[in-house]
Amino acid sequence: MIKSGAEIFIECLLMEKVDTIFGIPGGVLLPIFDKIYDSPLRFILTRHEQGAAHMADGYARSTGKVGVCIATSGPGATNLVTGLATAHMDSIPVVAFTGQVATNLIGNDAFQEADTTGITRPVTKHNYLVKDVRELEQTIREAFYIAATGRPGPVLIDIPVDVARAKCEFKKLDKVEIRSYKPTYNGHPGQIKKAAQLINESNQPVLYIGGGVIASDASKEVIELSEKANIPVTTTLLAMGAYPPGSKLNLEMLGMHGTYHANKAMQNADLIVAVGSRFDDRCTGRLDAFAKKAKIIHIDIDPTSISKNVVVNVPVVGDAKNILKELIKHVKENTHKDWLKTIEEWKKSKPLTYKNDDKLRPQYVVEAISELTKGEAIVVTEVGQNQMWAAQFYKVKNPRHFLSSGGLGTMGYGFPAAIGAKIANPDKTVIDIAGDGSIQMNIQELATAVLNKINVKIVILNNYYLGMVRQWQEMFYGKRYSAVCLNENASSGDKHSKSKQKKCMDYVPDFVKVAEAYGAVGIRVTNKKDVKTSLKKAFEIDKPVVMEFVVEPEENVFPMVPAGAALDEILTHLA
Amino acid sequence: MRHTISVLVENKFGVLARIATLFAARGFNIDSLAVGETETPDISRMTIVVRGDDRILEQVEKQLNKLLDIIKVIDFKETRHLERDLALIKVKSAKNNRSELIQIADIFRAKIIDVSADSVIIEITGNEEKIQALMNMLRPFGIKEMCRTGIIAMGRGVK
Ligand SMILES: Cc1ncc(C[n+]2csc(CCOP(=O)(O)OP(=O)(O)O)c2C)c(N)n1
Ligand SMILES: [Mg+2]
Repeated sequence: MIKSGAEIFIECLLMEKVDTIFGIPGGVLLPIFDKIYDSPLRFILTRHEQGAAHMADGYARSTGKVGVCIATSGPGATNLVTGLATAHMDSIPVVAFTGQVATNLIGNDAFQEADTTGITRPVTKHNYLVKDVRELEQTIREAFYIAATGRPGPVLIDIPVDVARAKCEFKKLDKVEIRSYKPTYNGHPGQIKKAAQLINESNQPVLYIGGGVIASDASKEVIELSEKANIPVTTTLLAMGAYPPGSKLNLEMLGMHGTYHANKAMQNADLIVAVGSRFDDRCTGRLDAFAKKAKIIHIDIDPTSISKNVVVNVPVVGDAKNILKELIKHVKENTHKDWLKTIEEWKKSKPLTYKNDDKLRPQYVVEAISELTKGEAIVVTEVGQNQMWAAQFYKVKNPRHFLSSGGLGTMGYGFPAAIGAKIANPDKTVIDIAGDGSIQMNIQELATAVLNKINVKIVILNNYYLGMVRQWQEMFYGKRYSAVCLNENASSGDKHSKSKQKKCMDYVPDFVKVAEAYGAVGIRVTNKKDVKTSLKKAFEIDKPVVMEFVVEPEENVFPMVPAGAALDEILTHLA
Repeated sequence: MRHTISVLVENKFGVLARIATLFAARGFNIDSLAVGETETPDISRMTIVVRGDDRILEQVEKQLNKLLDIIKVIDFKETRHLERDLALIKVKSAKNNRSELIQIADIFRAKIIDVSADSVIIEITGNEEKIQALMNMLRPFGIKEMCRTGIIAMGRGVK
């Protein structure tokens, strides 16, 4: 059948079972938007392309399906970059489409031209510029295949306007094969046996699981393995939800703001079994002091992750779920009684805690949300202290229910990602735990949420600061607060005067009014005793709600492993 | 350590940029790079010579393997192989030393491919040491210009 490029675009998306696209149109996209107009696809018009990319990401993270976004040439494409980089760092399957100027103009500095494939090359798993309509169908199908398989990631397709208009035969390809792309799914049986042997011989093992466990849907297998041999489990930020919060084997998060006992366990382990985690510097602390006594088994689908930061004794390349299934068969039961007892003592000596007084503290707000939603909501975070408190105090029960920009640490991720997640999971409560700084980076998407009736809840932990940066300035720069107060002119006046600090306490912006201006509901809470009732009320409102909790401004996140320190050089309170 | 890496790639635009980005992002300077078609026209071979920390290079090779459009990566470090580079060298020459230059060229099995009033162009094929050795001999005459194709390499034997 002869079809135009724009029609092929729609056909391919339907073949890939896409139901929703996020984006903003523009000149070179007119042929494609004319076809979107009467297609069955749901189009969500965002207010910024960054929002569209994060929405596609949130949709993908919360479902495992490929998220799709689209932006016009030039500024539309460059606006996508942060969203693509965010998805890339966290291995999230997204397909992004960009319009491009006509092929005969490419390279001429045409109006709204940007070298989109050049700009996005380092922040995508792969990208394409389609110069001939006859390649479009194959390219789109390849893009979805690449995004979703192996180690997932974002793929971008740049489509010049004349290619969208041109016509050719639509083949309805039923399969894609790429000779240069053959991910390994099954672990090497010999390596699996070696891994099992190390596990069977170990006395102080730790399972260190990362985003790969979520991507490969291997949560069940991790639980089975850990319970069979009584191996304690620590999760990275990206693996939150992969292991049940109540379990005695759950050490919770490790790393810079991980629990004391998780970090102690890592440092004292004789065996670390890494599954779909990549020994990121936020998890390992100072490398030359990392887990000195431990042998390391590394299960990962991406060979480039293995022995990148730490030398691995037994690498097993392949899909985590497949490998774990095999591994479990060879692993013997064990109680690891002494080891678990030692860990329990560490846990008791320095539990995850905060000052539970009359003041409205951010941790209390997160705990209240955790309690009220029974850990069953989808929690999305922004970046900074809010993110760490969410990770520490929201006891998330299920995989794909905790979405956070881990690798890139993108402020402004949370709210649009929450919208994407809510669209994909309309029956679930979706909450963005936000900072007052981060939320302002994509607050324009309130319009998108209100107009499309996407009932997400934003919880702003308003500390009037770029809190995480302030915390570092307090701890490591002698409390010289440089450009972190969100309500002062950073370059004016005496930075130390009292009046200055007072000025920090005004409402800029007034989040309640902002919410109302967009047609959402705004609620401000300033007292601890009102937290739970206000949350309950907000959860019952069938509209997007912005909740502002005016929290202790100088609350810090603890525990903390300072940058450059070893994991066990962990601070649990201010010196 | 010096590595000679042979990369089989899809013969498509943009592939070179992907590969160059990988090396550049880690601060590697590429000593030489040669690209050409293989026996299969839609596959090209790039031969890259690069020096650097072995562990980081191993990482780069894995990253290369991971790139779409790259079919195969071979680091020749462990395998028996041949390397060839072709250089054109323009040397200052007057009537009185031309025969000496011809002699030197002969010893190296190089060819004089152009002669003008004040210079000659010598063509030489060989591995890196051989070309270096010839250069050393020619330097006293005055080298006006040199260009090289970059090393290409092939494993010996069956495959
Ligand atoms: C886009 C972006 N810019 C800057 C940073 C650096 N940064 C990390 S945390 C942070 C402060 C975040 O402030 P807020 O959202 O209020 O969160 P809080 O730490 O106060 O909870 C900043 C500026 C970042 N991560 N992302
Ligand atoms: Mg803040």
